[in-house]
Amino acid sequence: MAALIEIERLTKRFSGFTAVDDVSFSVARGEVLGFLGPNGAGKSTTMRMLAGFMPPTSGTARICGADVVAQPVAAKRNLGFLPEGAPTYPEMTVTGFLAFAGRIRGFRGSELHDRVAHAMLLTQLEGVRLQPIETLSKGFKRRVGLAQALLHDPPVLVLDEPTDGLDPNQKHEVRELIRRMAPQKAIVISTHILEEVGAVCTRAIIIARGKLVVDAPPSVLEREGRSLEEVFRSLTLGTPAPAAAKEAA
Amino acid sequence: MAPALTVARRELAGYFATPVATVFIVIFLVLAGALTFTLGNFFGRGQADLQPFFSFVPWLFLFLVPALTMRLWAEERRLGTIELLLTLPLPQWQAVLGKFLAAWAFCGIALALTFPLWITVNVLGQPDNGVILAGYVGCLLVAGAYLAVGAAVSAMTKNQVVAFVLAVALCFVFAASGSPVVTEFLSVRLPVLAEVSRALSVVDRFTGFTRGVIGARDLVFFASFIGFFLFVNAVVLDHRKAD
Repeated sequence: MAALIEIERLTKRFSGFTAVDDVSFSVARGEVLGFLGPNGAGKSTTMRMLAGFMPPTSGTARICGADVVAQPVAAKRNLGFLPEGAPTYPEMTVTGFLAFAGRIRGFRGSELHDRVAHAMLLTQLEGVRLQPIETLSKGFKRRVGLAQALLHDPPVLVLDEPTDGLDPNQKHEVRELIRRMAPQKAIVISTHILEEVGAVCTRAIIIARGKLVVDAPPSVLEREGRSLEEVFRSLTLGTPAPAAAKEAA
Repeated sequence: MAPALTVARRELAGYFATPVATVFIVIFLVLAGALTFTLGNFFGRGQADLQPFFSFVPWLFLFLVPALTMRLWAEERRLGTIELLLTLPLPQWQAVLGKFLAAWAFCGIALALTFPLWITVNVLGQPDNGVILAGYVGCLLVAGAYLAVGAAVSAMTKNQVVAFVLAVALCFVFAASGSPVVTEFLSVRLPVLAEVSRALSVVDRFTGFTRGVIGARDLVFFASFIGFFLFVNAVVLDHRKAD
């Protein structure tokens, strides 16, 4: 089966440094890819290029076969994207905001209404549907961004830190939601929270200083009794694993 | 066009959801009224027309329109919503157009609210309402020209103050380029540029409208002026959206 997300030799250089350096991977339907790395490693930059927001310096990214640079609208139609920090328009109400995103995506009338209602149901937003977004707590704002990404039931989901700022119960709900959707979709989530990778991801990628250093299932990473945290530290700091293990202990 | 109109609708609602709309409209109406009746000598000149009002509008817009446009893209950048808007499936030019249309419609609403002036001249005398209508069309086109400039400048920077100051300066260039001070100076030093400078002047074009003349050349000028700056806006946005 063809992969829904295909990234080939993706590179982004800013003046003076390379944020993303020759990264290639693909994600097939049914996979949940955990995108890991220290702050500033290039996670968000890669996701922005995949979402067609930032043009790559070189390399290509395709969503459901559509190149994000050459066919941006076709690619974005199949994509649900939660940008870093879950930005929303603060003065709009939750329903107003979701209806705006739905209208841009071409939904009208009762279909628009049903889609918005369903997205709010999935993310448990019905209680605040008529509140202006600026009056909501951080966890609610994050879920509004998530609802926007799920609105059109896209085959590809790219979520930049979907559980950041949520309380433990909400984190659990979002992970459950991702797990439930996983069989029908190709999902990429970035996170700092390593336990999340073990909980929801079928595959993990670790990126450090713009380079892809590991691409393996979490279970493989965790073999030989090493925890994910030790693997992460050894790969991203460049220190040998045993030393990292001692420090952790 | 549908996505552009959806963007425009959201933007316009955004103006009215924040104090921007109230402040802009109140200040515009107060200043327009005050200038027309005091400096413009609306009653004293004994003529039933809106010339005094129209003569101030381009200069009022010079400061008020950049205040409207400075947040257009700068605010999206600050909130990060630019990343959301430009990853929705709409061509980028439609987002540019939608934002422009919203701001333009808003200026239209502000202009329409000066209707008491129109009622006043019609009660006091028999003005040529065709001339007045042409004047309003001219005002709207001047607003559109300034908006297009301001929106393009707003796409260049994250900082709203910078966006405001640069937009005022650039709009001033296009407002003043037809004034006698500039053209006389240029005709002595650089006669070729004097003609160009006059031809590019927004205010110079506008005076024709206030006399009741809607010239095809002036309409083409405003359409291409607005089109050019919207194009610049789209190009700048494409290059600098992620900065």
